[in-house]
Amino acid sequence: MIIYTFDGTMDGLLTAVFYAFSFKEQPEALLAEGDEMPLFCERVYRVATDEEKARRVWAGLEKKLSREAMRLISVSWLSELREVNAPLFRYICKVFRLGDISRNFADNDVLAVTNIARKVLHEQLRMKQFIRFQKANDGTYLAVVSPDHNVLPLIIDHFQDRFNDQPWLIYDAKRHYGYHYDGASDAVRITFEDEASVPFCLADGKLNDDVLSSDDRLMQDLWRTYFKAICIRERMNPRKQLNDMPRRYWKYMTEKQ
Amino acid sequence: MLTEKTLEKLRILTESAKYDVSCSSSGTVRKGQQGMVGNTVGGVGICHSFADDGRCISLLKIMLTNYCMYDCAYCINRRSNDIRRATLSVSELEEITMEFYRRNYIEGLFLSSGVVRNPDYTMERLTAIVRDLRTKHRFNGYIHLKSIPGASQELLSEAGRYADRMSVNIEIPKEESLKKLAPEKDHKSVFLPMKFIQQGVLENKEDRKKYRYAPRFVPAGQSTQMIVGATSESDRDILSMSSMLYAQPSLRRVYYSGYVSVNTYDSRLPVLKQPPLVRENRLYQADWLLRFYHFKVDEIVDDQHANLDLEIDPKLAWALRHPEAFPVDINTADYEQLLRVPGLGTKSAWLIVNSRRFNRLTSYDLKKMGVVMKKAKYFITCKELTTAFAQPIVGINELSPERLRPLLVSKTEQKRAAEEQQLKIDLTE
Repeated sequence: MIIYTFDGTMDGLLTAVFYAFSFKEQPEALLAEGDEMPLFCERVYRVATDEEKARRVWAGLEKKLSREAMRLISVSWLSELREVNAPLFRYICKVFRLGDISRNFADNDVLAVTNIARKVLHEQLRMKQFIRFQKANDGTYLAVVSPDHNVLPLIIDHFQDRFNDQPWLIYDAKRHYGYHYDGASDAVRITFEDEASVPFCLADGKLNDDVLSSDDRLMQDLWRTYFKAICIRERMNPRKQLNDMPRRYWKYMTEKQ
Repeated sequence: MLTEKTLEKLRILTESAKYDVSCSSSGTVRKGQQGMVGNTVGGVGICHSFADDGRCISLLKIMLTNYCMYDCAYCINRRSNDIRRATLSVSELEEITMEFYRRNYIEGLFLSSGVVRNPDYTMERLTAIVRDLRTKHRFNGYIHLKSIPGASQELLSEAGRYADRMSVNIEIPKEESLKKLAPEKDHKSVFLPMKFIQQGVLENKEDRKKYRYAPRFVPAGQSTQMIVGATSESDRDILSMSSMLYAQPSLRRVYYSGYVSVNTYDSRLPVLKQPPLVRENRLYQADWLLRFYHFKVDEIVDDQHANLDLEIDPKLAWALRHPEAFPVDINTADYEQLLRVPGLGTKSAWLIVNSRRFNRLTSYDLKKMGVVMKKAKYFITCKELTTAFAQPIVGINELSPERLRPLLVSKTEQKRAAEEQQLKIDLTE
């Protein structure tokens, strides 16, 4: 049994594809560093990430696959799931061997990658749905999230298009970075050197009282009032509510706080 | 300026608006613009929240006022009802919409109103609000405007320039029932504004062929709603009406609203303990068959089956009535035929037609792709589920529909259907 290990980056994975072809072999498994090793293996090869090789593999892939399929690959990578490594590696290898198989959903690897990508796309939609802004007294709108997958890069365009005349900050509390839009130029990725000193609470996303804009509390009350009033009591259906709006998103949502 | 008083008004006017079930914010894509607030995304639309009754909250669904001069039996806001009344000022309504939108609470506004003084007066006020939102507040998000039955064509055509979607509710599919429950209304007052809007949409289409930047008119089309279970109409009456409406180019959605007993004292209406939710659900499933599954209305309901089967979904019901259409070969049948298989949806049908170009599919493949094999296995053949193999297949034709049916009805569905049937019997006695 031949096993490759890599550093867990996309470049590393693409480099592994490069070596699999230059050694003319198909490793049984691709493991990230820190993954549990199987008890017995013939040979372990540690892939040293090489950006140049990775770029060549990516460019080759672009020639074989449609833009839509390339996008699904990138999206599946944003899942940050360990389970994506092996199927994605085998999928890319197969593309070089067999050509465009991106729509052969009977193939386990294609199906696995597609399904993971679909999960990520589902969550990015949920972010567009459930992000709640609070207004700070300097006019900036703040939202804190902690999605399961790293979906911020997928939703920034949407928010920039929609709220192009208001400065906002969307911050991922789980991954400790966010995007800030100043109301004019493109949103930029930011991190805080000292996360403890930010003027909002990372656990529930609330802005501190001294920086919250004066009318924001009323708006939040209005929204909660609306949320309660719109429900038809004769039709109560908490199961459907939980299905469409899982509880793990509630902690940052105004109407559920 | 919004104050604490607005809270109470918002509560009253939301309670009054909530029985209108239309919710979607789909049907038109409009990019954001410099100096404007918002965009519309099209596609499936974005639902921003889900209320405790499980219904989605996409738009701020609200009435400008719940005072009304009409006395329609099925409506909570009827003149003779003793409920709290309120009216929002134009500036309050606009401010709430903008502030909610900027906080990503909503996709836009769904505005309706009780009729005060006369239809034109009311329509004029609604039009003024959407005009203000677009021109003064530079609002570029979604606006769904209810048009008031009986309003003039001039007002509707002005409103249509600012709204994304307009709707007039039919409420009751048969005119004689409508007249019984709402003596002041008739079908003409509903269909005439629908026709006006349709004309506007069609003319606009022509204009846009000539002038690319001609302003758009109701780009997301029209929708309407029918109340289910308040009158004696059969599902056939309801679905025939829907099918007729869908034949018109500008009508995008028909909503079905299971009647909630709001005015229990009115003897013209049935007293229901629970709204007919199962029936409503079956109607939506039938509606989907009409819109996405290439079904015709007389395939779903006919003389012998004027009402939908509450225990099983309408596609399965059709399949059981038509054993001659099966089995369908997964590896050769065209997309339309695949859509007719119970347990197969549009998504899995798409996955199948793409994947089978690479290799013949097995039932294992189908299962992985998310086909509900529990249902589908009786209606298909695939690579190994064929008579060519030693193992004989057990499908609808071998079992006969009568013996197959009990295998496909789940206990919970049976129970829910029986409970609802029970309610119906109660009310006829």
